[in-house]
Amino acid sequence: MFEGVPLNWFLITATLMFFIGIYGFLVRKNLITMLMSLELILNSVNINFVAFNKLLYPQHLEGMFFTVFIIAVAAAEASVAIAIIINIYRRLVNIDVENMNEMKN
Amino acid sequence: MDILTSFIVIPFLTIAGLVFCKDHKQVKLTAAIGMGIQLILAAVLIILFLRERAAGNMAEMLFVKDLVWFPSLNIHYLIGVDGISVAMIGLTSIVIFAGIFASWEVVELPKEFFIFLILLSSGVFGFFISLDLFTLFLFYEIAVIPMYLLIGIWGTGPREYSAMKLTLMLMGGSALILVGLLGLYFNSNPSGGQLTFSLLAISKVHIPVEIQKFFFPFLFIGFGVLGALFPFHTWSPDGHASAPTAVSMLHAGVLMKLGGYGCFRVAVFLLPEAAHELGWIFIILTTISVIYGAFGAIWQKDLKYINAYSSVSHCGMVLFAILMFNKTAMTGAVLQMISHGIMTALFFALIGMIYGRTHTRYINEMGGLMKVMPFLGVAYVIGGLASLGLPGFSGFVAEMTIFVGAFQNVDAFHRVATIIAVSSIVVTAVYILRVVGILLLGKINNEHYEHLGDAKWYERLSTGVLIFGITAIGMAPLWLSEMINGGLGPIIQRLLMASPIH
Amino acid sequence: MINFGYTVWIVLIPLFLFILIGFFGHKFKPIVSGIIGTSGLFASMAISYFTAYQYFFVLPKVGETFVKVIGFETTWLRFTEKLVIHLGVLLDPISVMMLIVITTVSFMVHLYSIGYMEGEKGYMRFFSFLSLFSFSMLGLVVATNIFQMYIFWELVGVSSYLLIGFYYTKDTAVAASKKAFIVTRFADLGFLIGILLLSFNTGTFDFITLTDPKGAAIAQGSGIMFLGLSTMTWSMIFIFMGGAGKSAMFPLHIWLPDAMEGPTPVSALIHAATMVVAGVYLVARLFPIFHFSAPVALDVVMYVGAFSSIFAAVIACTQFDIKRVLAYSTMSQIGMMMFALGVSGYGEEAGLGFMASMFHLFTHAFFKALLFLGAGAIIHAVHSNYMNEMGGLRKHLPITHITFLIACLAIAGIPPLAGFFSKDEILAASHQKAMWIFILGLIISGLTAFYMFRLYFSIFWGKDQHYHHTPHEAPKVMTIPLMLLSLGAIFAGLLPFSSFVTSDGKPFASHIDMAIAIPAVLVGVIGALTAMVFYRKETNIPEKISGFLGGFYRAAFRKFYIDEIYLFITRKIIFNYVSRPIAWFDRHIVDGSMNGISYVTNEVSGRIKGLQSGQLQTYAWVFVTGAVALALTFIYLWTN
Repeated sequence: MFEGVPLNWFLITATLMFFIGIYGFLVRKNLITMLMSLELILNSVNINFVAFNKLLYPQHLEGMFFTVFIIAVAAAEASVAIAIIINIYRRLVNIDVENMNEMKN
Repeated sequence: MDILTSFIVIPFLTIAGLVFCKDHKQVKLTAAIGMGIQLILAAVLIILFLRERAAGNMAEMLFVKDLVWFPSLNIHYLIGVDGISVAMIGLTSIVIFAGIFASWEVVELPKEFFIFLILLSSGVFGFFISLDLFTLFLFYEIAVIPMYLLIGIWGTGPREYSAMKLTLMLMGGSALILVGLLGLYFNSNPSGGQLTFSLLAISKVHIPVEIQKFFFPFLFIGFGVLGALFPFHTWSPDGHASAPTAVSMLHAGVLMKLGGYGCFRVAVFLLPEAAHELGWIFIILTTISVIYGAFGAIWQKDLKYINAYSSVSHCGMVLFAILMFNKTAMTGAVLQMISHGIMTALFFALIGMIYGRTHTRYINEMGGLMKVMPFLGVAYVIGGLASLGLPGFSGFVAEMTIFVGAFQNVDAFHRVATIIAVSSIVVTAVYILRVVGILLLGKINNEHYEHLGDAKWYERLSTGVLIFGITAIGMAPLWLSEMINGGLGPIIQRLLMASPIH
Repeated sequence: MINFGYTVWIVLIPLFLFILIGFFGHKFKPIVSGIIGTSGLFASMAISYFTAYQYFFVLPKVGETFVKVIGFETTWLRFTEKLVIHLGVLLDPISVMMLIVITTVSFMVHLYSIGYMEGEKGYMRFFSFLSLFSFSMLGLVVATNIFQMYIFWELVGVSSYLLIGFYYTKDTAVAASKKAFIVTRFADLGFLIGILLLSFNTGTFDFITLTDPKGAAIAQGSGIMFLGLSTMTWSMIFIFMGGAGKSAMFPLHIWLPDAMEGPTPVSALIHAATMVVAGVYLVARLFPIFHFSAPVALDVVMYVGAFSSIFAAVIACTQFDIKRVLAYSTMSQIGMMMFALGVSGYGEEAGLGFMASMFHLFTHAFFKALLFLGAGAIIHAVHSNYMNEMGGLRKHLPITHITFLIACLAIAGIPPLAGFFSKDEILAASHQKAMWIFILGLIISGLTAFYMFRLYFSIFWGKDQHYHHTPHEAPKVMTIPLMLLSLGAIFAGLLPFSSFVTSDGKPFASHIDMAIAIPAVLVGVIGALTAMVFYRKETNIPEKISGFLGGFYRAAFRKFYIDEIYLFITRKIIFNYVSRPIAWFDRHIVDGSMNGISYVTNEVSGRIKGLQSGQLQTYAWVFVTGAVALALTFIYLWTN
């Protein structure tokens, strides 16, 4: 696919993305940003899947399928999450995660 | 259906009836009718029992019924009564009947109130008829749990605190009991084979002394918590002070007796050797209870606290008498349970009625009430005189039987403990007369009280039933004492066999 | 053999009266309950007299001795095989004598109260309590066993409590009733412990078995020793403690003067003639045990009685409240009865003290009831209790005056009135025992005559006071009992008492010893004359003397500060240093430790709760840190 590009580069990119995602998820208080960080984490995993698939079993496509699958699930999850966030916003007029410490409000 | 089972069935039928009631009046009537039937049934039971005994049926337990309930653990629905349980059932039905009328004016959620109250009473009835330790424990829990709701919802003052305290302490007690009961269960068949919860079967087994000594404190303290054993009595003042009238009545009148009954029906009866060896510790504790409760009551200002401490003293006397290990003292213990049960129910009923009028329970804020409410005043004086052990009332009979019994132990330790316990009669007189003097006599110190009414018909009925109970036992105690005495035979025999002298 | 079953009605009639008046009295006019009560007591009295006649004159004696008869008996409660409480009627000379005294005085008091209590609120309550008292007192004297006696002993205590606190809106009355009950209750504690000890040692409650000099109970001996005294002695001392409480012996006497807060007829009946002599009766009842098994206890009786007697006589000379003077006089006279028992031996002549004590009990009941009822008539007329607010009443209250004078002469021991004979026997008996106690008896007689005539002259002579309205004589219904009782006070002493009541039931002939009678009368006359000089006309001699005596007078006037000592012990010590710390200990230590447990649980869970904050990011932090930590651990493990 990308002849000459070593595997390590993919892995380093994915790791960077993963930790950027983790960092964002832990530090940011805004739900939207947190959701975006979550997407980053998922996508870093996707990159790993694709890279390893290419390296180990070039004749099979399971890694690719899995990636597509994850993208689909992530899309669904993002839509549900955004729906919830909008609802929270309507109720609390902000989407700061620290305000949400009670089940009932 | 046999007569004993109906003591459990009728409360549940009454509860079912209550569920379908529409208004306040129907609720009250249903509850009153249900418990009225229960009272009549108790009278019938007493007559049937006495007739059986007179006819020469000397079995240890009468009206026994045995159904297998849970075969794999050998749990039975095993019921039966002897003189002691019959007496306790009589007590319970009197107190619950009076309690229904004492809470005639509950306005907040009356239906639920009566449902829980009657549920509680069914637990008590079940406890007294059970001969299977597992069902005994089950009914014990049924009797304790509704208390939390009754105090927490219908109570006054710091009710959540009190309800929580009471329930947690009693639960702590029942955890100990459970350990003890399981200990009995797993040692119920030393030769191997089917284990059993049956009280009668275990009583025929000899459990090794070391095991007895390990489990005896669990059982005695566990039941002792409910019997207000020092220093586990502190749930009692707070709990009683916050509880609504009928609940206080039932709780002090009957529920605390579960402790005393359990102590000797389970702890002492099934573990006699340990009782002999460890009895001295508990004699010290109960002697402290007796005198400490009485002195504690002198200083209190809240009517319910006074009565709660007085209950600590009187219930301490019950446990004290049980530990004297002879027939006379134990007869006295049961008599004291009954006497104190009725007496304290009367007190709590009257305190509730007085509180309903003056809206305070602090004695210093009241005075001269005899003039405005002569009926309640006279009833209070009668209760007080019964409590300080005046002849003609049940308290005298019970206390004298205990003292004469306790005095049969010749060693100095028992003598000293007995004399300390006896001296509580003076302290009791002090706090009773103090309350009567401040509360009822003297001048009316608040002009709002001058227009308060005297007792209504249902209040008269409630107190009347209880006063009748006190005086009837006080005037003619012989039949009751003989009936109880008959039931004590097996227990005494077992204790004698276990006694180091023999 | 005569069937004495009917005697149970002597006791039961007042009980029925109590129930009848107590429950249904308010349905009728007040006067009806008075009349019912009085006529019921009359019936009881009539049966008592008939019983006395049958017992003393019809019933055949066994070898010159009056036998003890059980008239009626039923089992009340069974403790053990042997210890059984019966309720019954025991007839022997002293119980029959007491029946007569109680029913007579009670009847007089009932009759008198119809007039005295007229117009009072709670008229029917008064009569129902009076009947309750009569019932309990009669039950006490006919007791067949010591436990029955204890039962009725408590009941008389409570009737006394109810009657002292009759004016329950008056704070002093409430306090007095409380005091009376608690003090006697404390004494009863001793009584109860004594009963327990005695019954444990002898295995019976029954009086006949207990007091049979040849019986097992006495022959069995004294039991083990404890602190140098036998258990039998201890039990008798404890029992005497009960008697001392009820009979207001030092130091348990403090309730009696305060008990005068009750209506005057009550003071006459309960706190002069009947209930307060119960202690004497108790000692007399158990006399053989005292004498044979516990002579030390009998000495205790003698010392306590003698000391109380002189102690009360001194205080009586200084008081101004006429009822209090009479109360201390009662205490002093009962002290004499007690020491008469204490000096007595057993059997015929040796038992002179016993006979004298009972005799004095008998005569004292009449003249002391008369004095109290007279005092009631005076208070009724002038509405004051204080003798320094009275004077010259002889013109206004002629009948009361004469009867009061008779009673004063009787109690002072002037012949031929009743008090002379009985006091003479007491002095004779103490003379047999020891000289010092005889002299003490003489001093007490002199003091008695002095304070009684001090009272008499202050009230009826002296300066004429200005009253709000002219005092007038009480109605007939009140003066008739006065006159009847004064007949008793005059003639009761003429009975040949020693041929009826003796320590062992065997009659003997008593006679008057001039060597004793003459000094006794002389002392009485001197006492009376001194009082006449002091108080007949207004003089300043009493002030001079009290000034001369100084501190002693003040101490006597303040009743030797016994009340203050008691108050100190109860209020300060018991309340502040026992009860209050216990209440505090309970709240803070016992309950505190329970609350402490719950506090610790709460705190711990509060700390742990922080982990479950609901903050998503905190969870994520924990999760990530955990994952990283695990990863590092595994890497570390693998690399090694």
